[in-house]
Amino acid sequence: MALDRKIAYINLTTGEIETKPIPISIRKKFLGGRGLDMYLMYNHIKPGVDPLGPDNVAFVSAGILVGTLASASARTHVAGKSPLTGFVGSTNMGGFFAPEMRWAGFDHLVIKGKAEKPVYLWIHNGEIEIRDAKNIWGKTVHETQQIIREELGDRDIKILTIGPAGEKLVRFANVMTEIKNAGGRSGMGALLGSKNLKAIAVRGTMDIKIAHPAEALDYDKKVITQVTSAKVSQTQGRIGTPFIWGATNTQGLVRVRNFQLNQLENADDVEAEAIDEYVIGMTGCFGCQVHCRAKYIIPEGPYKGVYDEGPEYTAQGAFAAEPGCRSTLTILVGNHLTNIYGMDLLETGSLIAWAMELYEKGILTDKDTDGLELRFGNDDAVIEMIHRIARREGLGDILAEGGLRAAEKIGKGSIKYLIHVKGMSNLHSDERPTPALALGIATASRGSDHLRSRPAIDLYHLPEPVLRKIYSQPVAYDGPLTSDYRDYEGKPWQVFWHETCYEAVDCLGICKYHTTFLGATLPNFEEWSKLLYYNTGLEMSPLDIWTVAERAYNMERLFNLREGLTRDQDWLVDRYFDEPTKLGIPGIQGKTINREKLKKMIDEYYEHHGWDENGVPHPETTKKLDIDKEPSHML
Amino acid sequence: MAKVLMIDYEKCTGCRLCELVCSVKHEGVSNPTRSRIKIVKWEMEGRYVPMSCQQCESAPCMVVCPVKAISRDGGMGRVEIDYDVCIGCRMCIAICPFGAMAFDTLAKKVIKCDFCDGDPLCVKFCEAEAIQYVDASMVSAVKQVAAAEKFTGIMQKVAAAIATV
Repeated sequence: MALDRKIAYINLTTGEIETKPIPISIRKKFLGGRGLDMYLMYNHIKPGVDPLGPDNVAFVSAGILVGTLASASARTHVAGKSPLTGFVGSTNMGGFFAPEMRWAGFDHLVIKGKAEKPVYLWIHNGEIEIRDAKNIWGKTVHETQQIIREELGDRDIKILTIGPAGEKLVRFANVMTEIKNAGGRSGMGALLGSKNLKAIAVRGTMDIKIAHPAEALDYDKKVITQVTSAKVSQTQGRIGTPFIWGATNTQGLVRVRNFQLNQLENADDVEAEAIDEYVIGMTGCFGCQVHCRAKYIIPEGPYKGVYDEGPEYTAQGAFAAEPGCRSTLTILVGNHLTNIYGMDLLETGSLIAWAMELYEKGILTDKDTDGLELRFGNDDAVIEMIHRIARREGLGDILAEGGLRAAEKIGKGSIKYLIHVKGMSNLHSDERPTPALALGIATASRGSDHLRSRPAIDLYHLPEPVLRKIYSQPVAYDGPLTSDYRDYEGKPWQVFWHETCYEAVDCLGICKYHTTFLGATLPNFEEWSKLLYYNTGLEMSPLDIWTVAERAYNMERLFNLREGLTRDQDWLVDRYFDEPTKLGIPGIQGKTINREKLKKMIDEYYEHHGWDENGVPHPETTKKLDIDKEPSHML
Repeated sequence: MAKVLMIDYEKCTGCRLCELVCSVKHEGVSNPTRSRIKIVKWEMEGRYVPMSCQQCESAPCMVVCPVKAISRDGGMGRVEIDYDVCIGCRMCIAICPFGAMAFDTLAKKVIKCDFCDGDPLCVKFCEAEAIQYVDASMVSAVKQVAAAEKFTGIMQKVAAAIATV
């Protein structure tokens, strides 16, 4: 059945491998995926370890509904202490890896130690083998997967891999699978690289028994219809996430020239329609009817004719808005390069834009850039810097260390211009006019992030009764809620609610685009409770699932606190408070975040969590969530 | 008129939901190796092709079967296996030109598409409409329209280009 998949402990130093069943009691507390990874992380990583040393531990997992009849149940989760932030490292990606890992018999991998030389794991129907990776070390993400499939003689093998960036320990290197499924943010690719672990190949033919097959088929069809009947899903399926660009850039909600402007003017070539010219069709992850990922071919230049997938909204920001560029080609090529190097494109673009502002201000000179003219709007410089970061050459080597370490090395007040939270770069969205979104990035457990808690539907000006309906379940809420995205009122609850919603869906292994992330009518706790029962037989109410998510999020908080997190790191850089927005529609211009009001929002957000004024969970909170005795070393 | 599965690989997004619903419907499990339909992928080119039984008029499996376990269902027009007669010799798998006959190693039996007895789930779940269940006579009609549309589209583009010269 869906609950009989195992956990494997793999020690790369000694070569020892042990497998165990996952007790039902632990399942009920953490489900799987990110939730159970967070439990494991708190239990297996000793406080204060070097994130790139052998004592850090890598966790790879599938959500508990992965591979079952739960619309878009495809997600792989990877965790460990982040080489970028030193706090929670956690990433989630789509594709076909996680379902295949479940068909091969496993839900969770705990990878310890460091291999003497590069290796990869071969996992097949309950067996795990550590194999020599000399043929794939140094290869790109795309090459690696082809070579492994040829070596093992099976074209259906699914592979999670790092690229050259992970091998070079770029602190924001990704884990990747297939063409462009990226486990980005927080540098999990560098973690695998530090262990000399190039890839994990999986293939399985083992049944996942569905608890109630007929009901699961019927209900999945209903949920799929619920998802695909939403306009936002149809737009996603037609054009992908680049559709978001039009609305946000027109309003003035994007970060341009690092953080100097909030709208990219005269940028027709950055629009979704411009990118769509090169799109040859749409594709999707396992079991998904939204198919939000574009397939494209690079039309000209040194990469002419190369196939890739994407680009997403993040690429429009990373390779256009932030560096002040306006070329479709730069977006297409930048996306391709970060895919094959296996590197977080959001972090890459953001750091290049930061370096450009430093160059503009004379903090970096031609000497530092080895003659590269690192000015805003220089497309060639953006592409060149991607190569240099991935290969750790010159200034690229400094940026590869991540913003905070780079700022320390560069000095000269460079940190003033770095746009980050907890050492992780912000998305290209400008949150000065949107307090809810600002609170979200300030408090996200893995550092600045839009996928941890962003109430994106706050931008829709939904009527208050609709907000009330969404945000009053599965736990009651009768506090304020406001439709205006520029307000501060009621936003802490929205952030808390979305945080819990996304944690839940990451435990289940379902894609966030199938939740209340982008559409008010999309599934959440109510539907998940039924999906869980029909597919696995586990009887858990919507409130039970909410509690699992809250428990898991508190484990993340406890991990961060143990690693030295303090309240002042749940905060934004000064430019959010001191420099008003200059462009955009009238209601957006002249906006800053108010320090006092943000502080009040954070207090309220902590209260919703049951944390004290320093962001530390109250003893009654951990007791209520039954995590007051952690680490309990049950698994 | 008998219906057939009409496959338009250009519409396939490669999500493999058809494999999942097929294995759940027939075996109560999620396991693509036990599905009667399979998406063959060229992942590095973004090309995906659904492969399933073509219900051939002159079916090699039917001819080769040494115990005559394979026959045509008069009502649905499908090629079907009589499991009471089948000896599991796999000659049908060897001869099928499409690889549409599979051997389920867990149930130890040959499996193939049975149209879910008239309501194919792969069709029901494929919103991209890459797989459709249509009258056999409709297949070429649909393709004719699609091809004609492409052709006239090109003609119109050419005409427009000439007009602007």
